[in-house]
Amino acid sequence: MSQLLTRAPASGGLPAPVPTGPVRLHINGETQTLQLAPWTSLLDALREYAHLTGTKKGCDHGQCGACTVLVNGRRINSCLTLAVMHEDDDITTIEGLGTPDNLSPLQQAFVDHDAFQCGYCTPGQICSAQGLLNEGRAHSEAEIKELMSGNLCRCGAYVGILDAVSEVANSQGEMVK
Amino acid sequence: MTQTNHIGKAPNRVDGPLKVAGTAHYSGEFNVPHLAYGYVVSSPIAKGKVVAIHADEVRALPGVLEVFSHENVPYLAWFDKSYKDQIAPGGSPFRPLHSPDITFNQQPVALVVADTFELARYAAALLRIDYEQEDHETNLETKRTEGYAPGGGKTGFQAPPPPRGNPDKALKNATHSIEAEYAHGAQHHNPMELFTTTVEWRGDGKITAYDKTQGVYNVKNYLMGVFGLGKDEVRVVNQFMGGGFGAGLRPQYSVFMAVLATLELKRSVRVTLTRQQMFSIGHRPNTLQLLKMGTNPDGTLASLQHHALHETSQFEDYTENIVNWSGMLYQCENVKLGYQLAKLDIYSPQDMRAPGAASGNVGLEVAMDEMAYAAGLDPLEFRLRNYADRDQNVDKPFSSKKLRECYKQAAAKFGWETRTQKPRSMRANGKLRGMGMGGGVWDATQTKSAAKALISADGKLTVRSATGENGTGTYTIMTQIAAETLGLPLEAVTFELGDTDQPEAPIQGGSWTAASVGTAVKNACDALGEKILKLAQKPADSPLKDAKYDEVEFVNGQLRLRLDHDQAVVLRDVLQASGETQLEADSSALPNMLKQQGYSMHSHNVAFAEVEVDEDLGTIKVTRVVSAVAAGRILNQKTARSQVLGSVVWGLGMALMEETVMDHKFGRYVNHNFAEYHIPVNADIPHIDVIFVHEDDDIVNPLGVKGIGEVGMLGVTAAIANAVFHATGKRVRDLPIMLDKLL
Ligand code: FES
Ligand code: FES
Repeated sequence: MSQLLTRAPASGGLPAPVPTGPVRLHINGETQTLQLAPWTSLLDALREYAHLTGTKKGCDHGQCGACTVLVNGRRINSCLTLAVMHEDDDITTIEGLGTPDNLSPLQQAFVDHDAFQCGYCTPGQICSAQGLLNEGRAHSEAEIKELMSGNLCRCGAYVGILDAVSEVANSQGEMVK
Repeated sequence: MTQTNHIGKAPNRVDGPLKVAGTAHYSGEFNVPHLAYGYVVSSPIAKGKVVAIHADEVRALPGVLEVFSHENVPYLAWFDKSYKDQIAPGGSPFRPLHSPDITFNQQPVALVVADTFELARYAAALLRIDYEQEDHETNLETKRTEGYAPGGGKTGFQAPPPPRGNPDKALKNATHSIEAEYAHGAQHHNPMELFTTTVEWRGDGKITAYDKTQGVYNVKNYLMGVFGLGKDEVRVVNQFMGGGFGAGLRPQYSVFMAVLATLELKRSVRVTLTRQQMFSIGHRPNTLQLLKMGTNPDGTLASLQHHALHETSQFEDYTENIVNWSGMLYQCENVKLGYQLAKLDIYSPQDMRAPGAASGNVGLEVAMDEMAYAAGLDPLEFRLRNYADRDQNVDKPFSSKKLRECYKQAAAKFGWETRTQKPRSMRANGKLRGMGMGGGVWDATQTKSAAKALISADGKLTVRSATGENGTGTYTIMTQIAAETLGLPLEAVTFELGDTDQPEAPIQGGSWTAASVGTAVKNACDALGEKILKLAQKPADSPLKDAKYDEVEFVNGQLRLRLDHDQAVVLRDVLQASGETQLEADSSALPNMLKQQGYSMHSHNVAFAEVEVDEDLGTIKVTRVVSAVAAGRILNQKTARSQVLGSVVWGLGMALMEETVMDHKFGRYVNHNFAEYHIPVNADIPHIDVIFVHEDDDIVNPLGVKGIGEVGMLGVTAAIANAVFHATGKRVRDLPIMLDKLL
């Protein structure tokens, strides 16, 4: 049996794409004004317009956590928010936490505990862990595991991630003994 | 003890700082000028034809550059062989945008290219396509009697060996016997990084493709074949891959699309698949397995029969080795193995971590558990009684096999002796507790690889080979090998990979990279070492005068006589005195067939798992896993452990979560996203112990490594399934074991 599947044309032609406008963001302490269409996600703004590719795209649907960044200190999925909604917000990406020659304590702990393999989920994991520490909620291993579970790692580096985050939480006196 | 002994230690990853700082560049992260973006449009039907593509409507949108489809792709290669990549199975490879015919759901039917990503996505959503739909079949259940034995074709595929002994008679006369069917649905690789290709237009018909692939040469050859490009016209680069697990072994349609658009528009183009489209590029096939086993009065296996049937596409005979392992893991005189495919209206399956073995292992190791219970034996004791000292499939001894030692150490660490055999006999924390085990076997393979080594006058060594880094630690282990060979600190060595401007290496799969590329790296460094020795011997008063290469060693920045360490020269002094700014050497490595022909070469493992099951809710929590692996020599304890930890996570996912569910009415996967295709998260993962049992093996390759990317996944899934049985008394034979199957 064969069946025809068709869609009617839009009457009056297709709606024209929306024009772009300036959006001012404070990224890693630097003020940048990007020319963006309003439907540009914060994630795409960072990767494709600001060329800060440390923030990763794993799903574009808020399901994987690879795009986690800190906005005004809080962790969010940058694929689920539009850049225009963050005019004048303070955005910290993985590039703002440390550099290869000057790693942050979390970044160093991730290296020491081999808390990654391919490294693709890693910036999101580290930003998420930094947010968790900022929130002051990393009190036990069980809490860390639960509160880091929005960040998928297909390489399965979870044991190392737990060890790395626990180590830093401990050194900051966060963990309840 | 020298400081330049690196092999077998646990240094941090040399590429670690780049990865944690977000400065490692994956294929969608090369900022090339004047970039356009392509967005793929996928078919919503599984079978039929495209009858019209109303491309002009979206072409009229400002900023849209072109809509590519079968209607306007230029003349491309005609013969199938141009589309065949290094590991293409038998049949005709899928040709994107080649014809109006639809042969699977989510088949790419168009590429919309625009000035921005947002615009391309918008235009793709508006593109109207008319389809003529035909009846499709996507259900393997309907093909139970239509299975056929595939021909050869795919590299590495081995048809099952012919039966040995008299398996049917032995089964009939067995003291105890079992017969059961096992099944698992389709599973998708789902690396975290989306398949992405950035193609840079270099002018004059020349391109560089930054592509997500496990084999830059494989992609280069494919592009040359399909687009008629010359050797110098295409360069393929992949320096970091955000996970592969097999999904990047074959060139994917993302690279085809991006290159097509670049060549046509003479402009750089990036194409990124969506997570949904990541479910249209190959998968572990839906598989049915029938196992029959019987035992003798002494608990040895009298008969073992294993038959598997799995799906493939209409156009290719995708094959994997599912049942062969059952003929070699245990000692048994009467064995019958069978393997068949069935064609469905789906995309071709694709090798996925421990392809074949991971599937077959579930059947074999759960059946072994059932058989142990039927024979009244402890599952570990049962395996020990059937330990194979020879590979009976080929009637050869193993080059090395320390599986017995794995059993011993892992069982002790796990506390297997505290287990009581009876199902439902253990409880903890108000839940049913279960303990299970499973083990496996995987090939130790070496394939042809080449490498180049260069040393500068200041003693900095650079080594290059076009292999890949998808998380396995390639940069690190190759740096260790090179540094140790020439007696340098790790900081003095840079290993470069993933570029077709470098010497050729095989696709990164099959767990063969450490053995293959590692040996080539060692050989290239040795070739360089010989040149350095010659330079060192030039001065009339050289302490190394007349020494042969195997009489000297490179240690701690010195070159010295093995038997008289005081007869030494400083490496850097030799290089500087030579007046050369740089020395270089090329080398390649092949397996030593002569040495290997008398042996069967494999890695082995065992996993023990503990679960707690809430009887009221049916929820299963894995509380502990101990995994022991015997895979020759371990090059880096840290990265190797991570690979095994990751394998255990994969095994857990396969046991309890992973299944891509097909809606047969539409012939479409319904859970094609991370919200509904579940993979393990941090909270799912228990404490995991990893044990490496060292094996000395100079037959597999000069480094003595067998590879560990896949073997660690074996046994885990079965161990968890067996633990669930032990906890609940319920034998679930179709994976994943979700709570509804226990209630
Ligand atoms: S890319 Fe944002 S959550 Fe996955
Ligand atoms: S390190 Fe590869 S996905 Fe987490």
